[in-house]
Amino acid sequence: MIDDYREAAPLEIHDLTVAYQKKPVLYGIDLEVPKGSLVGIVGPNGAGKSTLIKTIMGLVPIGSGWIKIFGKSFKKAITRVGYVPQRESVDWDFPVNVLDVVLMGRYGRLGLLKKPSKDDKDIAMACLEKVKMSPYANRQIANLSGGQQQRVFLARALAQESDLYFMDEPFAGVDAATETAIIEILQELKNRGKTLLVVHHDLPTAKQYFDRLLLLNMRLVAFGPTEEIFTMENLQKTYGGRLTILSDVAVERNLGVKVD
Amino acid sequence: MIENFIPPFNFNDIFIEPWTYGFESYIWIFLMGFFVNAACGLVGNFIILRRMALVGDAISHSLLPGIALAFILSSSRSTTVIVIGAISAGLLTTIFIEYIYKTSRVKADAAIGIVFSTFFAIGVILITMYADHVDLDADCVLYGEIGFIPFDERASFAGINLGPIPVVRMAGVTIVVLLLINLFYKELLVTSFDVGLANSLGINTNLFHYGLMAVLSVVIVSAFESVGAILVIAMLIFPGATASLISHRLPITLGLSLFLSILYSLIGVHLAIWLNCSIAGAMVVVAGLIFTGVWLFNPTNGLIKKMGLTRKLTK
Repeated sequence: MIDDYREAAPLEIHDLTVAYQKKPVLYGIDLEVPKGSLVGIVGPNGAGKSTLIKTIMGLVPIGSGWIKIFGKSFKKAITRVGYVPQRESVDWDFPVNVLDVVLMGRYGRLGLLKKPSKDDKDIAMACLEKVKMSPYANRQIANLSGGQQQRVFLARALAQESDLYFMDEPFAGVDAATETAIIEILQELKNRGKTLLVVHHDLPTAKQYFDRLLLLNMRLVAFGPTEEIFTMENLQKTYGGRLTILSDVAVERNLGVKVD
Repeated sequence: MIENFIPPFNFNDIFIEPWTYGFESYIWIFLMGFFVNAACGLVGNFIILRRMALVGDAISHSLLPGIALAFILSSSRSTTVIVIGAISAGLLTTIFIEYIYKTSRVKADAAIGIVFSTFFAIGVILITMYADHVDLDADCVLYGEIGFIPFDERASFAGINLGPIPVVRMAGVTIVVLLLINLFYKELLVTSFDVGLANSLGINTNLFHYGLMAVLSVVIVSAFESVGAILVIAMLIFPGATASLISHRLPITLGLSLFLSILYSLIGVHLAIWLNCSIAGAMVVVAGLIFTGVWLFNPTNGLIKKMGLTRKLTK
């Protein structure tokens, strides 16, 4: 706990606004994520979930406001941040094998002109072992299933040995076994004091997987411990009319939310 | 009837003479072809992986106004001036292409067409306007003739004759390209595969993008004055595309590109002697034939193998 006081929060966002060609996507986001939390970022399509992550990663320009990572700018804290992009964001026909992809996670620590060493390869192999993909180390990435691709991405993130992770829909289109494997690893990382922010699509599992939720719909609807945040009122605010399509009974059963 | 179109095949004339009596000429033509194919092919591997195959085509046309302007402004034909003109034109081309498709509804391929045809037209206007002062014409840039290489001025170092200047220059460019790929392999790999990750690793993706474009411009400009744009454009695509059908590991496709470069140049030279035709044209046709062969007959994923598999499965 002492660490929490000595060190700045892993992620602090103040009054962040982001716009794509004058059309605002995120408005006035204020946020402070405590160390060691596993945060699910939840919201409808077009709520700006991916944009929020991309903005923090410096991939989308900030309109106004600021973002601090461990009290520093993203550029200065870069080696402490790991990123798992959406699986579809890369060309899986690319001429590399599984181990090559995981080794990329080590590049940030190597710096210019240095090549991955034996140690880096050992770490990469150990990360593959963790996601149960080591038998596939020499396999061309085109010959992997969706779940296997996601595990390779996760292994790469592990190889980055970061303190703060951003993951964009790691559960999208994966099989049940992979989903369990991923959530186990996320839990383990959290228990080791890492901070994780995960974009998530599925409401029923969101409640189960994450200890904190960030409900987003262009504005920050709510952020805090899952038990406090996961209320019908907050979900209605986040999803607007879209949630009312479900009957109250179905909402109660599927989401475990008490409907008044 | 057919004899009117295809010259007789004489083994001695086609295979022996070039390497005996004609050695002094043909060795330089072969080497020039190899270095051009190799430099273009190595850079081309990364251009293809970044889905920018047509940008090479665009840059090779856009260089014309850059070089012409460099001549006119400095009234010198020094290599430095040409290279500076070429790099600026090449970088401006890529910057404009990106800017147009990012800030308008025009798609990337249309943006490429808009930028390079405008640049090329400006180049043609400049050359025709200042024709008296500029010792350069559009034809020579587009259809440079590799067959004239043996007659070029020789480069010498410490009294040793190294060979025709364009060949020595191209060899230097090839070595620099190899060196750069070796030094920055991991950055080139990750920026080509996953820009998001590369950024998050603290790699300056813009630097590598424009650096690659600058190298591409240098490769194109050092090649095409002597061999013509057609060979350059072809070799940016063929070695990488053919190698990617054979192997799925980047280091291997890079090595295969070098091997293919030798084949294109060697077979191309002999084909050109036999048919008494354009050497650069013959090299490109050889590249096209080798690609077709690999595409059809590749034992692991060739078209014929695939057709056989589907037939087996449907039976």
